[in-house]
Amino acid sequence: MLEQQLVNALSLGCVYALFALGFTLVFGVLGVINLSHGAIFMIGAYAALQVVTKLAFPLWASLLAAFVVAGAFGFAIDLLVLRPLRKRNAPHLIPMIATIGLAIAFNNASQGLFGAENLRFPSGVVPDTQLHFAGVQISVLELAIVLLSFALMAGLLFVMRRTQLGRALRAIAESPKAASLLGINVEGLFYLTSTCAAALGGVAGVLIALYSNAVFPLMGQPMLHKGIAVIILGGMGDIRGALIGGLFLGFAEVMSVAYIGSTMRDAVAFGLLFLVLLVRPQGMFGKVLERKA
Amino acid sequence: MEWFDNFWSVYSNLVLTIGINALLALSIWLTLSCGLLAMANAAFMGIGAYTASLLTMNAGAPFPVALAGGIVAPTLVALLIGGPTLRLSGVYLAMATLGFGEVVRVLILNAESLTGGALGLNGIPQSTQWWHVVLALVLVLLILWRLRRSRIGRAFEAIKEDGIAASLMGIGVMAHKMLAFALGAAIAGLAGALNAHLTFFIGPSEFGFDRGVDILTMAILGGTAGLTGPVLGALIITLLPELLRAFKDFRTMMNGAILVLIVLFLPKGLWDPLRFKQWFARAPRKPDSMPGKAA
Amino acid sequence: MLKLTQLSKRFGGLSVLQDVNFEVPAGSVFGLIGPNGAGKTTVFNLITGLLAPSGGGIEFDGRSLVGVAPHQITRRGLGRTFQNIRIFKEMSLLENVVVGMHAHLGYGVPALLFALPGFRAQEQRARAKAHELLSWVGLDHKADDIADNLSYGDQRKLELARALATEPRLLLLDEPVAGMNSGEKVELMALVRKIAERGYTIFMIEHDMRFVMGLCQRIAVLNFGRIIAEGTPDEIKNNADVIEAYLGREDDDQAASGGRP
Repeated sequence: MLEQQLVNALSLGCVYALFALGFTLVFGVLGVINLSHGAIFMIGAYAALQVVTKLAFPLWASLLAAFVVAGAFGFAIDLLVLRPLRKRNAPHLIPMIATIGLAIAFNNASQGLFGAENLRFPSGVVPDTQLHFAGVQISVLELAIVLLSFALMAGLLFVMRRTQLGRALRAIAESPKAASLLGINVEGLFYLTSTCAAALGGVAGVLIALYSNAVFPLMGQPMLHKGIAVIILGGMGDIRGALIGGLFLGFAEVMSVAYIGSTMRDAVAFGLLFLVLLVRPQGMFGKVLERKA
Repeated sequence: MEWFDNFWSVYSNLVLTIGINALLALSIWLTLSCGLLAMANAAFMGIGAYTASLLTMNAGAPFPVALAGGIVAPTLVALLIGGPTLRLSGVYLAMATLGFGEVVRVLILNAESLTGGALGLNGIPQSTQWWHVVLALVLVLLILWRLRRSRIGRAFEAIKEDGIAASLMGIGVMAHKMLAFALGAAIAGLAGALNAHLTFFIGPSEFGFDRGVDILTMAILGGTAGLTGPVLGALIITLLPELLRAFKDFRTMMNGAILVLIVLFLPKGLWDPLRFKQWFARAPRKPDSMPGKAA
Repeated sequence: MLKLTQLSKRFGGLSVLQDVNFEVPAGSVFGLIGPNGAGKTTVFNLITGLLAPSGGGIEFDGRSLVGVAPHQITRRGLGRTFQNIRIFKEMSLLENVVVGMHAHLGYGVPALLFALPGFRAQEQRARAKAHELLSWVGLDHKADDIADNLSYGDQRKLELARALATEPRLLLLDEPVAGMNSGEKVELMALVRKIAERGYTIFMIEHDMRFVMGLCQRIAVLNFGRIIAEGTPDEIKNNADVIEAYLGREDDDQAASGGRP
C-alpha cells in the first residue's frame, strides 16, 4: 500500500539526493558538470568492499574508507584535470568532456582490476533485521541509510547557510572573480568542494551497494544518468533542489515500478528530465537567465 | 592482386567500419560547428539502423529503400524534438540530448515485438558493399564542404561564436540550428543503416551513451577545425582497439585516458591548421610582427 | 522613421523604462543620452527584439516591431553595434563583414551545392563589398587578419563595418566611442558624419558629450527610465533638468552660494 511504497521510496530517494548533492555542488561552485561523479560513486563502493573483505573491518569503517578514498580521487581529479583547464579558461563544455574520459578510464580500469561480475558484501556484514511500526516495514539498513543521508545533508545545509565557509562558497557560486577580490581563497575552496563532493558520492556508492547488495564496475553509469535528471529537476547548482529532486525521483521510480512495471524504471528518470527541460529548463530552484545584449 | 584479396578478406570489415565511423564523426562535427553539443547522434544512428533493418527484414524492401528509410526516420524525429530542445543552450542541451538518447534506448528495449527487445535483431542481410560506404562518405563530405563555403556555413560559425550577434546580422538562428541538427541526424541514420547491414546484428546497447561518447571522442580527437579532423579521428579510434591489443582488458580504458589527454594537451584536436601554420612559420624564417593567435 | 510610443519595460517588480516617447526622423542623426543605468541599452534591446516590451509600441516605417524576431527586424533595415563589442573573434575581418550580408545573399541550397554561377557571382560580389566597407573604416589592409588580434578601437570600427553590411536604413550605435582615445574618436566622428551624409539614419547612445553634440541633430535624455528632455543640442545643453540629472541634486547651501554654471 501507499505508506509502504513511500517508505521504500524514502531510502532510495535519500541515496539519489546524496549523489546529486555532490554533483550539484561541483556545478554550483566550479561551474563544471563532472560526469566522472558516477565513477567516483563506484570507487567508493569498491573501496568499502575491499576494506570489509580484505581487511575484515566493520561496516562503519568501510563507510569511512569510501568517504576518504572517493574524496582523494575527487581531489586528484581537480588537481590534475580540472585545475589546468580552469587556468586555461576553457569553455565549460571542455571540462565536461574531460570528465567523460575519466569516467571511461575509471570504469574500465576497475573492470580490468576487479572483473565484471557482481560482487557482494560477505553475509553477516549487512544487517537484515526488519523493523515494523505504524503498519509499515523498514529494514535496519534502510533506516540507517535514511538517517545517515539526512545527517550528511543537514550538515551540508548547516555549513552552507550558517558558516563563513558556506557564505564563501555561495559567493564563489555567484561570481568567482568577485569572490577572489573579497579575499576569498577561491582555488583552495575549489579543491575543498571537489573533494567533499566526491566523498559524498563515494558514501552514496556504499549505501547503494549495501541496499542492492551488488558492486560492479559500471554501477556508476545508471546512477549518473539519474543524478543528471535530479539536478535538472531540482535546478542545477541548488542544494535544496538536489535534496527534493532526489526524493522526488525515488518516489517516482518506486511508484512507476509498482503501478507500471519495472522495465520502464530507468526511463522514468529520463522522461522527467526531458519534460522538465522542455517546460521549465531551470528546474524547481534554478535561476532564469534572461537574454541580454 | 593476391595480397589485396588476402588483405580484404581479413580487414574489409575494419575498413568499412572506419568509413561508417567517419560518417558518424562528421555528423557530430556538423552540430558542433553550429555550437551545439548534441549528444543524440548515437540514438539517431539507432533509429536509422532499426528502421532500415525492419524495412529489409519485415517489409522485404530493397536496399536503397531501406537506406532511405534509415535516413528519413531519424530526420523526422530530429525535426520533432528540435523545436523545444534547441532552445536550450550549452550544458542543458547536452543533458537533454543525453536524456533523449536514453529514452530511445529504453523504448527500443521495451518494444520487443518490433525490435526484439534486449535480444536485438539478428540475421539482417549483409547488403552493404564497400562502394556504398565510399559513396556515402564522398557525398556527405561534398555536401558539408559546400555548406562550409557558403553563407550557411558562415552562419553556423557566427551562431557558434555569438548567437545574439548572429541573429542581429539577419541570420535566423533557430532555423540554422534545426538544419544542423536534422542533417546531423540524417547522416547518423545513414551510418546506422549501413552499419546494420554490415554487422547483420544490432542490439539496443549499441546505441547508448557509450556509442555517443565514442562519436564525440572521434570528433574531438581528430579536431573540429575542418572536415579532415573527424575523418582522422574516426580512423584512429577505430584502429585503436586493434593497435592496443596488447592492453587486452584495458583497451576501453585507454579510450577514456586518450580523451582526457587530448582535452588537456591538444584542445583543438590532432588536425589543427592553425598549429600547423605556426610550426611551419617558425621553421624557415622569423615569425611576422603579427602572428596568428596561439592555438 | 522610428517611433516609440509609451514604451515601458519591467523586470519583475523593477521598472526600468516608463512611458518613453520619441521619434527618430528619417535621415537624421539622433542621440540618446543619460546617466549610467538610465535604461538606454534596454531601449536598444527592445527595438531590436532581444527583449519584449511590458507596454507601449515600437514602429519602424509605420510597421510595428513588437513580437518580431531579431533577425527579421534586421532584415527590415535595422543594423546595430553593441556596447560591449560583439564581433566574431575567431573569424577574419573580411568574414565578419561578409556574415553581415547573410540576408542579402539570395542563393538557395542547390546553387551552393553545385557551385552554380549565381552562387559564385554573389559570393564574389559579397567579398568585394566587404572589402569596400572595410576600406571605408580604414581596415581593408587587415582584411584577412583574425578579428581577435585587433586593437579595441579597430574592433569598434569593424563592428560598424559589419553593421553596415546588413544594408540597414537605420543604424543603431550603442556607445560607439566608449574606450577610445581622442584621436580615434575624432576619426570615428568623421566616419559617422560620412555615413550620415550618405543617407543612413543614425540613432546613437553615447556618453561623450562632444561626440553627441557635434553629430546629433536631435537628442533625447533618459533618466531613471523616463525621458526628461528632447530637443536640439543647444536646447539640451541648457536644460536645467538635464544638468540636474547629470550632476545630481545640489544642497540648498551650495545653490545659495551661487555654484551652478
